[in-house]
Formats: sequence, C-alpha cells, structure tokens
Amino acid sequence: MSERVAVIGAGQTHHKAKRDDVSIAGLVREAALRALEDAGVGWKEIDAVVIGKAPDMFEGVMMPELYLAPALGAVGKPIFRVHTAGSVGGSTALVAAHLVSSGIHQRVLSVAFEKQSDSDAMWALSVPQPFSAPLLAGAGGYFAPHIRAYMRRSGAPRDIGMKVAVKDRLQALKNPYAHLHLPDISLQMVEESIMLWDPLHYLEACPSSDGAAAMVLGSDKAASEAQAATGRRPAWVHGMAMRSEPTMFAGRDQINPQAGRDCAKDVYAQAGVSDPRSEFDCAEVYVPFSWYEPMWLENLGFCAEGDGWKLTEEGATALDGGDIPWNCSGGVLSSNPIGASGMLRFLEVALQVRGEAGEHQVDGARLALGQAYGGGSQFFAMWVLGSERP
Amino acid sequence: MTSGDQRGPSDERGPVTTLATPIRLDYVFSAGIAQSRNLRGLAEGKFVGQRCGVCHKVYVPSRGSCPVDGVATDDVVELANTGTVTTYCVVNVPFAGQSIEIPYICAMVLLDGADISFMGLIQEIPTDEVRMGLRVEAVWVDPEDLGPTMASVKYFRPTGDPDADYETYKDYT
Repeated sequence: MSERVAVIGAGQTHHKAKRDDVSIAGLVREAALRALEDAGVGWKEIDAVVIGKAPDMFEGVMMPELYLAPALGAVGKPIFRVHTAGSVGGSTALVAAHLVSSGIHQRVLSVAFEKQSDSDAMWALSVPQPFSAPLLAGAGGYFAPHIRAYMRRSGAPRDIGMKVAVKDRLQALKNPYAHLHLPDISLQMVEESIMLWDPLHYLEACPSSDGAAAMVLGSDKAASEAQAATGRRPAWVHGMAMRSEPTMFAGRDQINPQAGRDCAKDVYAQAGVSDPRSEFDCAEVYVPFSWYEPMWLENLGFCAEGDGWKLTEEGATALDGGDIPWNCSGGVLSSNPIGASGMLRFLEVALQVRGEAGEHQVDGARLALGQAYGGGSQFFAMWVLGSERP
Repeated sequence: MTSGDQRGPSDERGPVTTLATPIRLDYVFSAGIAQSRNLRGLAEGKFVGQRCGVCHKVYVPSRGSCPVDGVATDDVVELANTGTVTTYCVVNVPFAGQSIEIPYICAMVLLDGADISFMGLIQEIPTDEVRMGLRVEAVWVDPEDLGPTMASVKYFRPTGDPDADYETYKDYT
C-alpha cells in the first residue's frame, strides 16, 4: 500500500424483505446519497465508482452497472463492476481503496446491493449441470455438509450454531438498519424452527433482503477535508487483502480453507497484528449460516484449530460481555442483501472505529477486522480499519 | 442534499411494484475431451476418472487438468461402483425447478480409488439413519436408458458393509 486511504463516508439502506417503493436504481442511490452526505461531498467530488453485486442471474438484470451509472453519478466517469460472489461487497470496497492507495484518484464511491425480492436466489444457485446430479439446494445445501464435517472434526456440541443464531439476532435489535428484529429470539425458538438443511435450522440461516451499502474512500487530503467539513473522523485502512482458491481439488480443506488463512496472515502483517483476539476490539465477519462463526474464528486465527466453538460457547463473541465481539450489527444472519452483505461487514467496522455505531458501538473501538467470503468458500476479502492514521 | 424522495407526482393507483417476466434459455454444453471420457463412461454404466501425473490424485469427474499442479490428466482410470459418504445434509427446502421429492439426502460420495468426492443422492435408507462413513454403491438406470449424463446414476444405496473408518475419509469431506 503506498498512499494512505480512509473511509470518509458511509451509508446504508434499512434492509428489508421487500423494498417495493424503489427500483434497483433507487435502492443504490439511497445508500450512495447517504454516504456522500456523511462525507460532506457531492457527486462532482467523486472521481470514480466501483459497484458490486452477486451474479446477474439473481435479479435477471444483465450487467446492471450499465443502467445504474446515471443513478450513481457515474456518467462521464470511470465505473467498474466487481464479481467475487458473496464476498463481492468486500472486494468492491477493496478495489475502490486500491484506486485511492495507488494515487490514481482522490475520492472513489463504492456501492454494493441486492434486491432479493426481485430475485430467486435459490433457483439461481441450484441450476442443474450436465456433469453433476441435480441435488444442490441453494447456498444452505452447499454449506450444510461442510458444517456437519466441522461438527465431527471439532467435536462441538450441537447447540453451538443455535447460540450464534440467538446472539446475532439479539445484537441486531440494537441496529436500526438490520432486516430481522426478533425481540423474542431464544434457543428454543431456533430449535423449534424447521430443519431446512439438516443440521441447519431455518433460524440458523440468513434472511433474503433488499438493501444497499455505500462508502466513500478517500486519500489523506480528502480525509482531512471531510473531517474539517463534517467533524466526523475517518476510519483509516491499516491493511487489505484478497485471496482465492479453486472450488474443488483433492485434499481441499473446505472447513478451514487455505485461501482464508493466507488472506488473514497477509492483512494482519500489514496492520502489525499478531494476536487478533486481543488486538482487535471487534470484528464483522461473513456468517450467513450460524456455524460459520466458530469455523471462521479458527480460520482467522482468533483461536487454535478446533477451539472456535469454545469461544462462542463461553460468550467471547457477544457484544454484551464478550472480549472479542463479532457481528455487533447483527451480521449476515440478520440482514442479507447478498451483494451488499460483504460491504456491510466492511462498513460496520468503519462505523465502529469512528465511534458512530450507535447502540451497537463497542466502547472505545480502535482497531477492527472486516471479512467477507464467497462462492464455495473460495473467495476471501478482508480489511483492517483503525481510528489512528497509520 | 439529502437522501430524499425524488419521485414525480404520485398516481392514486401507486407504482407498479412487480412484473414477473419468465425467461427461458437453452444452452449447448461442449464437454471437451476430458469430460467426454467421463460422460461416455456414464453411458456405459461406469465411473471414469483421470489421474494427475504429478500428484497422482484421481479426479472424477475430471475437467482434464489437475487444479493443484496445472498439468493435463491424461491417465484414464476406471473407478469402482462403491464408495463412502464423507458428509451430507438432509434437504428439506422446496425451490423452483426441484426434481427430487423432499426430504432427500445430498451426500458427498468418495468413490473407492478416487481422491475427490462428488454430490450424490442417497436412497433405500431412512434419512435419519444416514451417517458419515456409510458405505454405498451406485444404482444405475435400466441399460436402455443409459446416456452421457449423471442422470444415468439413479442414486446410491447402502452396501450393508461396516462403516468406513473416519481416518480413511476425513480429508475428503
């Protein structure tokens, strides 16, 4: 990383099952306008736009970035589309940050969205192929067998996933933007919900949401100007990394993927982090199915391999009383506009280190990790944000 | 500037919120040399894989190259009709285009002699009796219905043999 980069503005929609009051263009514009307003800039101050979403088959709109350019003030400016499946929101923020760290632009708008009510994600993720049996039933059908394998490998008690499902929904109650607000959530309620993909209950899975997220990434100079104009502190990028690996190869560890471990190692080295559990004040990690919390705790090195479930069980990852709160916003389990879900992880840690997370703020948060993953656990995007200028 | 409402005058009927527009797309799939071997094997009621000359891992179905070593996998290997369930889930969610009655078992099956598992349907056993390590065999469609497609395999069913030892398949889930 050469030039310093900071998040100088952040905006998101209220995530809901169905936003039938806006088109996709209206949805992304809503988040973008909030990010610009937060940064104290207008469209003319934006040099380029980077946009991400899940595959086009979801909403059935081919290359939506082309028709969204006017709604995002991108006419006559560079606009780029990023594709990395579920991690795309994170990768989109990183591509925007790279355009600033490389010294090419001063201010870049990153936007990510999904309008799941216009879409059929289950169908789009389950299309039959001539060389495999037509068994795949959405993302849950893909990940549930790997969750079972994790349970066997780690010897975790069966209720760990349900504990994550309850914890994240309780945290979502403190986030006005979260889609699911379930004040009565309990272990019993999760356990009594339908078993969709055994061993995963319905309430251990993410919802389908309409929503968008946007951030303005700025240079050192842009960060000073934004702070002077708005009085709000920037969130400084201390490290950023992406990794990928093939979906299938002999001996691939799908429970603890090499690409995720490598990505974490890289981003920690850039940020000077050697002990993530004690050095980070919080983390926002892509957990679309409950058991991915303990699995990613291990993959991200917050504990030894096999011990992730113990952190969850002892409450270490809870905003209320935990030493390393994960997904204070409610996470993907509470809001899942797929393309935006990764960016929301990245955005939420910006709010935390700026001290602007409201009711779900971790007191005095100074350093935080944002992570997104996608595809068959094959794309990883991470950044470390800090309140201090690096 | 605020994130305000910039829509035009409202119509008392409100906006048109949803318009369903079904689209059908037919694709031609060019299998290539490697997948053709596998698909022709299926048409003859057998599993055909390929071995990497560098790491000696056997891929089925093979895409023609080893994802680890980046070399062509020209060594053709015929595999057994039996294998092990390395992990699985019970699918109990309906979706558009679903062709199998729920609940069903979607398992990762590691064929004997292969180094990678693939998805297979498990039948002829109650869903709550399926387990990791279960030994299974492929049941094929009638000979006149065999074709160059995975649809030639109706499903896998238990062989009745003792379960495989966890150590033998734990790296192939």
